Amino acid sequence: MAKHILAALVENRPGVLARVANLFRRRSFNIDSLSVGRTQRDEMSRMTIVMESDSAEADRLVKNLYKLVDVVHVDHLHSQPSVVREMALVKVKASSENRREVIQLCDIFRARIIDVSAESLVVEITGEEEKLENFTELVRPFGIVEMVRTGMIALGRGGHTLKDEGFKPNRSRAAARSNVL
Amino acid sequence: MSDENAATNREAVNPRNGDGGADAVVLTGAEIVCECLLHEGVDIVFGYPGGAILPTYDALTKYPQLHHVLTRHEQGASHMADGYARATGKVGVAMATSGPGATNLVTGIATAMMDSSPIVCITGQVPTGAIGSDAFQETDVTGITLPITKHNYLVTSIDELPEVMREAFHIARTGRPGPVLVDIPKDVQIQEAEFVYPTEPIQLAGYSPPKTARARQVAAALELIRDSKRPIILAGHGISMAGANRELAQLAEKAQIPIALTLLGKGAISEHHPLCLGMMGMHGGAEVNHAIQQADLLIALGMRFDDRVTGNLATYARDSRKIHVDIDPSEINKNVTVDVGIVGDLGEVLRQLLDRVERRPNEAWFDRIAEWRADSELREIVRPAEAPQHPAVPEGKLLGAQVIRDLFEFTAGGAITVTDVGQHQMWEAQYYQHERPHSLITSGGLGTMGFGLPAAIGAKMSRPDQEVWAIVGDGGFQMTMMELATAVQERVNVHIAIINNGFLGMVRQWQEFFYEERYNQTPMVNPDFCKLAEAYGIPTVRVTERGQIEEAVNASRAQTAGPTLIDFVVEKEEIVFPMVPAGADLDDMIRRPTPAEFEQQRRGRAVAAKAPEPQTPESTPPESKPSESEEPAAAAALGSRFGV
Ligand SMILES: Cc1ncc(C[n+]2csc(CCOP(=O)(O)OP(=O)(O)O)c2C)c(N)n1
Ligand SMILES: [Mg+2]
Repeated sequence: MAKHILAALVENRPGVLARVANLFRRRSFNIDSLSVGRTQRDEMSRMTIVMESDSAEADRLVKNLYKLVDVVHVDHLHSQPSVVREMALVKVKASSENRREVIQLCDIFRARIIDVSAESLVVEITGEEEKLENFTELVRPFGIVEMVRTGMIALGRGGHTLKDEGFKPNRSRAAARSNVL
Repeated sequence: MSDENAATNREAVNPRNGDGGADAVVLTGAEIVCECLLHEGVDIVFGYPGGAILPTYDALTKYPQLHHVLTRHEQGASHMADGYARATGKVGVAMATSGPGATNLVTGIATAMMDSSPIVCITGQVPTGAIGSDAFQETDVTGITLPITKHNYLVTSIDELPEVMREAFHIARTGRPGPVLVDIPKDVQIQEAEFVYPTEPIQLAGYSPPKTARARQVAAALELIRDSKRPIILAGHGISMAGANRELAQLAEKAQIPIALTLLGKGAISEHHPLCLGMMGMHGGAEVNHAIQQADLLIALGMRFDDRVTGNLATYARDSRKIHVDIDPSEINKNVTVDVGIVGDLGEVLRQLLDRVERRPNEAWFDRIAEWRADSELREIVRPAEAPQHPAVPEGKLLGAQVIRDLFEFTAGGAITVTDVGQHQMWEAQYYQHERPHSLITSGGLGTMGFGLPAAIGAKMSRPDQEVWAIVGDGGFQMTMMELATAVQERVNVHIAIINNGFLGMVRQWQEFFYEERYNQTPMVNPDFCKLAEAYGIPTVRVTERGQIEEAVNASRAQTAGPTLIDFVVEKEEIVFPMVPAGADLDDMIRRPTPAEFEQQRRGRAVAAKAPEPQTPESTPPESKPSESEEPAAAAALGSRFGV
């Protein structure tokens, strides 16, 4: 068992997310996180899929993703150097007595405070999974009121990119194009 | 499957443009659908009208080249399109309205998906503005069919309609074929737009079926073949779909490797070929299953290691290396981990292998298979009428297996047979030897009861030159028998053989083996099938003895217009032997006893009958009753895990 990070370029068409999500359910893939967003090209979105599994299982997922007509390219980022990031917004209880301590922790983690109220702070923290986990553990004693994480996103380092050459969007279809969601 | 048979030279008609001068004409969405169907070479559409698809039904009146077949249920339409496709490899087309029309197609779509059959389903949808409002007869059919289509589309603008239609056919027929659904809102059917049929090659960034195999993989496969002593080829549906039948025979002959067939692989090679062993799996030949278990090399070609052919995966062909060739990469290492996986078109890959394959045949291997076969022959129950009969055959009883064997004889093995699902389906597989590809049409993966009759109608309409028999059980027939009317209305010359045992026979067999003969909900009170068919004006015969089969079959064959029906009233409680209980080891089969064993057991039973508490119930299969049946809990678990 290991953490596998897959990146998938998908056509920006209605229902693509439903197709991918359905695949996870239908073939019982256990996914840790999935994040979807636009790319440098209007016609395409990029998904980052993280799963804890053996490599045969990850391989199976890659092959099944490729069976979806809207999936253009899939990469196993595990197999090459890549940069991985995740962001969390954490609302931490911060009274006047312990506010200073929380701020100090944020400094150490290079987290940013983006909202302040009488009882709490909202902290934005970016980094690899471990960093986010360490941070949340340390602020937990103060009281985490609410928290949200983006799920991981990743890019290959240097010259490594997901192949999208040869992809030409359909003329008339471009008009009907919409968000994957 | 290639794209070539698609682009026909058929002239599309422009109903608004009789002189045919201009390149672009203004057409409605509904007319564009019809134009696209013509461009794809479609000649028949199976369907059922309704509100949301009415504009297209109206447009069909302007396209007499598109013959529409009115089914009696939309399930019939999807099965007919499937049968049509399987008989030729051409894409079958089904059409239905939104809501209930679309949901009624679902069983047929799932059936086509499991058996990789190329069909395109066109459904009407409520107008785009009403989508999501729970409008009258609105269902999310693209959502419903997401897991059971190769791909599907909801067309949201008339501008994308021509491309979507073209892609739908392309995706359905290429690579690993499968069903594609196109859902078209009513307003899109009504809107008008300039229609120019796209001519540039289809480019789908996320879809490019593989063709040739990588040289390294081919070399690895050749090495395994060269070093093997006990190889066996497992040939599946993919062979005929790829049209690689000749290459399969050449490979087997050149390397002297015996061939086992999956159910859908029947027809991949003539079953009269000396290297063809016959069917493998749950009801396959015992000698075939033994050969697979004892092989040192499996060469799996266009098959997918379904649980019905592997039995217990943990003990499946344990001593063998494995080569797996398939066009679908996700099939490689899915159920069985292989040594060499090759992704590609089977015809191409086999040609790559053929060039360089070598092997020294191993006589001892063939001798062993011959021994297993001799043992099977001893147990054989279907023998020529004049030969000494197996003592297990009750005097004067008509057996389903005999019906199939005689049908095979009296049609000279030349018919396209289309089966339903159950015992009769397995007897067909065991006793009707097929020579040609696409000559057995049966629901393998989904095991859909009710498939037989409509699929046979579709097959006959696809191949009017061929003799087509629908071999159906009395249970499954009643699931779609309303399509008798379709066959009559269209004057489809399909011969229907009902193997009428008064039972949901295959389920009864499981109850006999694994549920201590509690025949719950499997006996049926049937209508008089002859009278029923006569109400439709269909000529019928009832057969109750073996001696009547020939005349009945000949009488049916003499009818060359419209359907015929024979009601074969057969022995009620027959068993399909051999049987690998679900989840058991592939060579752990329940066998019919040899004549000697049978006599011995009969004597044993006579003695036991005198004892105060008889141990074995009368109809218990002798010899090796499965251990599972002694442990009802385990048996139930096995049964529910795999289902009938
Ligand atoms: C739609 C559907 N429902 C239920 C089943 C489960 N099933 C498999 S075989 C069978 C019995 C079929 O009976 P019949 O059509 O009379 O054929 P026989 O086995 O008697 O030849 C049943 C109920 C199925 N395969 N398909
Ligand atoms: Mg029956």
